[in-house]
Amino acid sequence: MAGLIDGLSWLALLGGVFFVIVGGVGLLRLPDFYTRLHAAGITDTMGAGLILLGLMLQGGWTLVSAKLLLILLFLWFTSPTATHALVKAALSDPQNPRPLLHEDAPPSKS
Amino acid sequence: MLHALSLWLICFGLWLLLSGFFDNSLLLSFGALSCALVVFVAWRVETIDPEEQPLRPRLGPQLLWYWPWLLWQVVLANVDVVKRILDPKLPIAPMLITLKPSQRSDLGRVIYANSITLTPGTVTTSLSGDSLEVHALTREGADDLLAGDMDRRVAGLERGTP
Amino acid sequence: MFAATACGILACMVLAMARALMGPTVYDRIMAVNAFGTKTVLIIAVLGFMSGRPDFMDIALVYALINFIGTIAVLKFIRYGDMGWPRNVPDEPDDL
Repeated sequence: MAGLIDGLSWLALLGGVFFVIVGGVGLLRLPDFYTRLHAAGITDTMGAGLILLGLMLQGGWTLVSAKLLLILLFLWFTSPTATHALVKAALSDPQNPRPLLHEDAPPSKS
Repeated sequence: MLHALSLWLICFGLWLLLSGFFDNSLLLSFGALSCALVVFVAWRVETIDPEEQPLRPRLGPQLLWYWPWLLWQVVLANVDVVKRILDPKLPIAPMLITLKPSQRSDLGRVIYANSITLTPGTVTTSLSGDSLEVHALTREGADDLLAGDMDRRVAGLERGTP
Repeated sequence: MFAATACGILACMVLAMARALMGPTVYDRIMAVNAFGTKTVLIIAVLGFMSGRPDFMDIALVYALINFIGTIAVLKFIRYGDMGWPRNVPDEPDDL
């Protein structure tokens, strides 16, 4: 049982590192600011989630795990807010370049 | 007054969780006093929130249905965006779409907008009145939002039915 | 194994730092610094487990909050050029 939890925890840690690194690659690779936000979102949700989950499995039922859960909740509540504030500030800044858009956008629901 | 009391309760609960002292009465009373000081400062700067109070939750157990669903959506969207970033051709089609959320309260709209932003591949760019602008990384992400599944779920959450 | 995780996060911090240095617009830089902060939280947590000192979790928690508040503060400063209440603009209730 302990071995199983250990294995799951390593798996979660490795998966988390994978998502974090892909988020970092996306941060460099995507073409403009608005698309890079999505890459930052990967790091904030899955990357942080899996790494903290892996640490929680290592910690077991202790106060440390409760604190890790609290960190995770704070991250998941604050990161969309920060992202929204960023994109809103960027869009309302007249000097900032407009987002690159693909031509065939679907018709908006009215 | 009830708001201040619930703020104090939340602060003290957080203090207990973070400090880990449960049986030292001197330290416990110091914790209670510092939480009271926080409530006093919050009252002085008028930030005791009159809107939503944890003691009288408007969103009840439905959240327990909504969160796992949202988590699953986040996982699916993550895998999709990761595939697109690692693809050498970079198959993205960024677009801005406008949605009409069907939630009535501000809280429901904010939950909807935050859920959209938390899902990688879609970011809420503006939320004003009864329209919501979304920057989507892919056509599929935009179509999913326009289909309105998440919108219905958040509206149900707000009404109190799953 | 914790060391491998920490190395992975460090590698990603380098990528975020590169974006912060290159970033054509100021918003790119803020976003990169925000992502860097998130990874700092993660690496503090991992280091706490690596060195067997669970007190590090408190630091990680505080860092997560400071990171969020710092991002909002920098955005507010860029938008209004002032950290106080924006007196020179009309009220925009849904702003920031």
